[in-house]
Amino acid sequence: MISLPKKEIFMSKQMPPGTYFWQGNEACAEGAIAAGCRFFAGYPITPASEIAEHLAERLPQVGGIAIQLEDEIASLGAVIGASWAGAKAMTATSGPGFSLMQENIGYAFMTETPCVIVDIQRAGPSTGQATKCGQGDVMQARWGTHGDHAMIALSPNSVQEIYDLTIRAFNLAETYRTPVVLLADEIIAHMREETTTPPLEKIEITNRKKPKKTEKAFFGSQEIPPMPAVGEGFNVPVTGSTHNETGRRYTADPVVHRQLVERLVSKIERTTDQLIDYEGYNMNACDAGIISYGCTSRAIYEAVQLAEKRDIKVGFIRLKTIWPFADRVIQEIAQNAKVLFVPEMNLKQLFYEVKRAVEGAVPVFPINKIGGGEMITPEELMEQVVRRMQNLD
Amino acid sequence: MTDRFSTRNYLRDIKLPFCAGCGDYTVINSFLRALHELGHKDLHKFVFCSGIGCAAWIPSPHFEADSIHTTHGRSIPVATGVKLVRPDLNVVVFGGDGDLVGIGLSHLIHAARRNLDITVIMVNNMVYGMTGGQVAPTTPFKAKTTTTPYGNFEHPLDATRLVATAGASYAARWTTIHITELKEAMKKALTTEGFAFIEAVSQCPTAFGRRVGLKTAADMLRWLKENSVPLKEAEKMAEEELMGKIVVGEFIQRKRQTFTDAVYGVIREAKKGA
Repeated sequence: MISLPKKEIFMSKQMPPGTYFWQGNEACAEGAIAAGCRFFAGYPITPASEIAEHLAERLPQVGGIAIQLEDEIASLGAVIGASWAGAKAMTATSGPGFSLMQENIGYAFMTETPCVIVDIQRAGPSTGQATKCGQGDVMQARWGTHGDHAMIALSPNSVQEIYDLTIRAFNLAETYRTPVVLLADEIIAHMREETTTPPLEKIEITNRKKPKKTEKAFFGSQEIPPMPAVGEGFNVPVTGSTHNETGRRYTADPVVHRQLVERLVSKIERTTDQLIDYEGYNMNACDAGIISYGCTSRAIYEAVQLAEKRDIKVGFIRLKTIWPFADRVIQEIAQNAKVLFVPEMNLKQLFYEVKRAVEGAVPVFPINKIGGGEMITPEELMEQVVRRMQNLD
Repeated sequence: MTDRFSTRNYLRDIKLPFCAGCGDYTVINSFLRALHELGHKDLHKFVFCSGIGCAAWIPSPHFEADSIHTTHGRSIPVATGVKLVRPDLNVVVFGGDGDLVGIGLSHLIHAARRNLDITVIMVNNMVYGMTGGQVAPTTPFKAKTTTTPYGNFEHPLDATRLVATAGASYAARWTTIHITELKEAMKKALTTEGFAFIEAVSQCPTAFGRRVGLKTAADMLRWLKENSVPLKEAEKMAEEELMGKIVVGEFIQRKRQTFTDAVYGVIREAKKGA
């Protein structure tokens, strides 16, 4: 039997605190272990396979389970089962596998099953360029499953950050009782950088709220209800069909459906400000603002310097939380900047969200590049900024 | 076995949703009687997983137990996660033929191959009943359904033989007319170490029978009885003779290392080396 690890149990098995030269995927796997993940199920796919490989070696060492299943659908299914059995659980995939998981992502949302889904984005659609980077799953992460829902998705831009955000993804999944997507990309997943793992006592770990013996409302009455595990004597009925607060199926009652789905969406949307995490620079004193995320955001630091040499004041917001969307932060930079830019390795996805958020206050321009896994360079970024700024005058 | 059997020890106080004459009632009865005879006074050591379809509603939410009603066809993957994390619990999957050998077939084969120690009970009504009677992978050749108005032009799948071949520890097929055999098979399945599979060929007068000239449950049960051939006899029969027949019996019974044993063996090894 495996169970939610207590700190002292897995402390000795964690990588000793220190600095490692890790690949992004390895850092993701180690972040998961540090967060208390003890169950992984996955299916091989480039560029995410190293997560499964690393966990296949490491999880059993800490008393956890790592299995490879027949497809991505089964992988997320097993993760959901493991989570209901009381374990922190994760799967990792890329675009095509992420598509296959969408039905079970909706199921995890509807049944309030904490779990982490890592999507290492590659160039799609379809098989696309399987080994090359892309950022085309931004909208799939938000709207991939059918029906009304809200999603949490995080976007790291370094190896250190994929480690940190994997831990955060688990904490948010446990706090909100919902699936959380770690939306990384091939470049972050395959690059190697120094990564520092803090001493375990410095890592903040959140565990799901457990019910009292007498409680029966595991699917309502509180915004985030407590979650029992199977085998604890609660006789909990779990269903992806519309259900009341005790889990009983109600497939025709309009009020039960409304109450359930509105609560599930609102528990995430109402707390958007708590979920938002970003890095801001010069937000209140810039002419041009850049909104970026993931690997693309690695170009903005140099682009800012290049622009400053040409007397253009550039500010930026680098989103670590992609979903829910940081409307207020975007509106803040839009109060000062004359123009906003959204560089992405796709053909406009987050661009439309930025445009919606600023409500016409400033013009928003997309900067897009796809194919071959080529990043948008600082020079390309600056060139676009300069050209637009000149046209504005 | 001094305690009197009562379904009330195992069922929630909710009306069962199945049509009059549905074979699911027989399957529930056989299953709960098997549990009773094995000495389980309640279901607190059980977790039930089921997918989508009429048979998936057998445990969820009607059994007074933990039950996970999953997406269509994915009950076995979910059961895999549950069983690996809590090998001390008995994990039982209920599902129909569409759920387990239509959309979810690959999971069934792989779970049997791994010898995952769960029990899978497949109620085979030979049709997609909940959606109104469309052709299934188990529908007899030439049978009329709502999506085969000219008769089924495909041959049905032999699920039990497939599972037995794939690596299960136990696999048996009976029909809802064989209530004693079905109950005994369930007892064996529930005490099997490893993957145990039971196919209960069942009647659906509502969505299947009435379109093939078997209007009542009684007509269908008679048809099940007349068409059943014991495995031993079937072995002597030619392929053409077996067309449209239901071969009943125990297809496999063997000892193999279970999946949880193998997985926990890896953990023990890795911990030594770590």
